[in-house]
Amino acid sequence: MEIARHWRLKQQRYGLVGEVCPHCDYKIFPPRDICPNCGNEARTQYTFSGKGEIFSYTTIYEAPTGYDSNAPYTVAIVKLTEGPMITAQLTDLGEQPVEIGMPVEMVTRKIRNDGDERGVIVYGYKFRPVMGA
Amino acid sequence: MKEIVISGIGQTAAGEQWEISLRDLAYQAIKQALDDSGGLKPQALFVGNMLSLNLSNQAHLGGLLADYAGLTGIEAVTLEAAGASGGAALRQGYLAIASGLVDTALVVGVEKFTDKIGTDVEAALASGMDSDYEAMQGLTPVAQAAFLMQRYIYEYKVPADGFAGFALTAHANGAGNKFAMYQKAIKPETYARAEKVCDPLNLFDAAPLADGAAALILTRRDLIPQKYSHPLISIAGMGSSTDTLALHDRQDLLSFQAAKIATTQALKRAGISPEQIDLFEYHDAFSIYAALSLEAAGFAKRGLGWQLAADGSIGLKGKIPCATMGGLKARGFTGGASGIYQAIEAALQLRGSAGRNQVENPQHALIQSLGGPASTAVSFVLKKTS
Repeated sequence: MEIARHWRLKQQRYGLVGEVCPHCDYKIFPPRDICPNCGNEARTQYTFSGKGEIFSYTTIYEAPTGYDSNAPYTVAIVKLTEGPMITAQLTDLGEQPVEIGMPVEMVTRKIRNDGDERGVIVYGYKFRPVMGA
Repeated sequence: MKEIVISGIGQTAAGEQWEISLRDLAYQAIKQALDDSGGLKPQALFVGNMLSLNLSNQAHLGGLLADYAGLTGIEAVTLEAAGASGGAALRQGYLAIASGLVDTALVVGVEKFTDKIGTDVEAALASGMDSDYEAMQGLTPVAQAAFLMQRYIYEYKVPADGFAGFALTAHANGAGNKFAMYQKAIKPETYARAEKVCDPLNLFDAAPLADGAAALILTRRDLIPQKYSHPLISIAGMGSSTDTLALHDRQDLLSFQAAKIATTQALKRAGISPEQIDLFEYHDAFSIYAALSLEAAGFAKRGLGWQLAADGSIGLKGKIPCATMGGLKARGFTGGASGIYQAIEAALQLRGSAGRNQVENPQHALIQSLGGPASTAVSFVLKKTS
């Protein structure tokens, strides 16, 4: 059980809350104290739109503990419209084939079980194809 | 600075060693290395290990392995940098001697994968990635490599069998290494038929997990015993660097920057150019890593690393022989022991003791020890000294 850890990350998991660097305007996700672009301190919150496109992807058949009941599942590196890239599972794919450049949007879904039956169920971001795109 | 040499080497067979414990595995390699060095007594032990805490519920390997090797009392600590733990431990051994505070150092890499199975091993391996933002999404190191391979194929239009040469070369070389997990060459059809593990990555694009231990004795050249019988191998150069831990945080995913920096440093310190390297032990945990490592080391231009495997350049008689004793792919991915196995395999080549896998009269060997997708890179140039 890692309750404090999951609680601490709730803004990122549920709302894609990152930062914008006050010095160079670089958009940052996940949030970090030092801007990876200019090296100055970055602490101004910024909420991402959740829109992006597939940069790369694959399907996982042999999953780690906590994820195995959900396997196989497709994961992707998504390039967010605002710039940064993020690793996430894809969901609601149906029969649609995944390809590089495909537009996707963030949704909130169940991510994993935290250990045993009394552990928390972790929710967070996944991405799905943009409807009607 | 005094010349620092590898005076003893020892390795266990890599593979599923159900009957041998972590500590006994390490000792087998340590004993061989001590015997091989002609009686040198180490004052320090540096352990390269990646996952003993997760896989064997065992931390504090420095104390444990010193104790079980009959070396209680000496300085001993573990270095951890995921798959680069072995390289990190070797570098630490070098630094200890270079500092003048240690005369002779024992470096051992050990990994024991088979104490856990299935999803627990996957979970342990995932702990080397960004836990909050990669592992939490259910990502695995294999999938991370598949991201790179997918994008590489997309950007550079690599044909379906474009990466086959890495596995074919590794397995052909593994056939000549009695310590390798797989000692049988494979055919192109076997690669083509292999099931996809993480599309587009197939079973032969990923190195198998293997238990294993490998040990080195490092010392100053002037301390080598009179009766020492091997050609001397020195560490002529080394470098170490880091990149973002999470793959998605990189500006340029298809360039192993840390490997490039570490290798450039190592070559510069050795005072040689890439053309003077006679063999290259890369970290082929995945064939895409091998391609990117060849590019990072300067053997191929961006996007062309795979062609060196496809055209035979990495074979034993090729322009730049790679994975000469099977690499991670055929010898086995021995976690934190990998960097030490690489050093031993390069040392065997430079000693002229590589048997039927012997590269013709090599003078310089390059090693790249990588953690994750080159989130950590430690490079060495080994040199045959006259």
